[in-house]
Amino acid sequence: MEFKQRHLLGIQHLDVSDILTVLDTAESLSEISTREVKKVPTLRGKTIVNLFFEPSTRTRSSFELAAKRLSADIINFSQQTSSVVKGESLKDTVLNFEAMNPDALVIRHSCSGAPHFVSTFCRSHVINAGDGSHEHPTQALLDAFTIRQAKKSFRDLRVVIVGDILHSRVARSNVFLLSKLGAQITLVGPPSLLPEEFKNFGATISHSLDESLAGADVIMMLRIQTERQKANFFPSIREYRNLYCLTEKRFQLANKDAIIMHPGPINRGVEISSEMADSVKSVILKQVENGIAIRMAILYLLLGGRERETAD
Amino acid sequence: MEEKIKAKVMDAAKIKRSLVRMTTEILERNRNLKNLVIVGIRTRGIYLGKRISKLIQDLEKVDIPVGVLDITLYRDDFAELETQHMVQKTEIDFPISKKDVLLVDDVLFTGRTIRAAMDSLFDLGRPQTVQLFVLIDRGHRELPIRPDYVGKVLPTSKREVVQVKLSEVDDADEVLITEPAELK
Repeated sequence: MEFKQRHLLGIQHLDVSDILTVLDTAESLSEISTREVKKVPTLRGKTIVNLFFEPSTRTRSSFELAAKRLSADIINFSQQTSSVVKGESLKDTVLNFEAMNPDALVIRHSCSGAPHFVSTFCRSHVINAGDGSHEHPTQALLDAFTIRQAKKSFRDLRVVIVGDILHSRVARSNVFLLSKLGAQITLVGPPSLLPEEFKNFGATISHSLDESLAGADVIMMLRIQTERQKANFFPSIREYRNLYCLTEKRFQLANKDAIIMHPGPINRGVEISSEMADSVKSVILKQVENGIAIRMAILYLLLGGRERETAD
Repeated sequence: MEEKIKAKVMDAAKIKRSLVRMTTEILERNRNLKNLVIVGIRTRGIYLGKRISKLIQDLEKVDIPVGVLDITLYRDDFAELETQHMVQKTEIDFPISKKDVLLVDDVLFTGRTIRAAMDSLFDLGRPQTVQLFVLIDRGHRELPIRPDYVGKVLPTSKREVVQVKLSEVDDADEVLITEPAELK
């Protein structure tokens, strides 16, 4: 098996063998984080730049720890404390970092396609850490890794993804990834946040959470992304909660061994009740733990070994 | 790549006799068997390690745990590898600090694998002793490393390839010397 990509820009263009290579590598690397000395020398001398043009808690620190556990050096950039506030463009910012000879750039940006744009002119490996409403590939990979730990097989697994699908890059990446692996996906949300076009990605569309939960194996709740909503998409948080909040009562409708997932940050009492977020069926913190192994795998697969000639 | 088999150096019976003899040497040297643990280097070191553990069990009725070490992350030629090496899991679910660790591999050649294995071991703890067990020592050392238990010393040329086959993963128990076919 081999990971054939030079960059990780999204899930859409990966094939099943690429995906399984990442998951298997993460499986092998996860043991390192349980050691007393949580470090291996593999990427010694490699430099990684975390370029975060949008706020992040989990993803940024997860990439940072992943790099450090592989002995790579990593520096952090965040928009708020940078020259971007003085008017420096994305391209110029990247070119300046490139002049410092890094090996990989991890990019989060509010514009869809920003990592792809960067990959067209830079020498480093580019890793998409979330771009606008487009993709968040490492999140989908860690979700798949977490599902595989609980469910063993993806074939015909019933996955329900609930919430602000319109603005969610996590939902897009997960639809691409889980459908490639053979899962059946139902997207649930109010019509204003769930465009009919999502049918084209191979998912089923529903506006009723209660109806969709029957027979569900995996329930993935999403946050309402008020920062991306330029209009009012539903009348009130209260109404949204009444229709789409995952409560104990609603959870009874799903399969009894169903798991609850959330990419975070969670808004308790809006899309998920506190009891459900903290219940034994919730793997939300397991997702965070697995995020490190997945990001270690991506860094290892992109930066390990000699610079390969890729035809692209 | 085409390869030519030049010689069969060991068959199943010879491998078995060597393992029994080496196990006796291990027992001679390690009076306190309770402190002994075995770590096999992927892939064939694992099966050799398990066979030694079984032999000790038969002879002394003591259970010696066997762990698995994957050295991919510690290779010194990591940056120059042409092809990607899949990392596999290191599975040592017992503490190795203050233990006598028997490090097991099939073939000892340049010594670089053992260097990587020892670095990896020391990240997991501080063993009391590390003893090296190899079925074949084919020479051409590039590092100051020597084995404590050797099945067979096999003088080879650098061009030759020594293949240890074990029935757990291969079709038979045997040791072959092969050589890549001449380029036409």
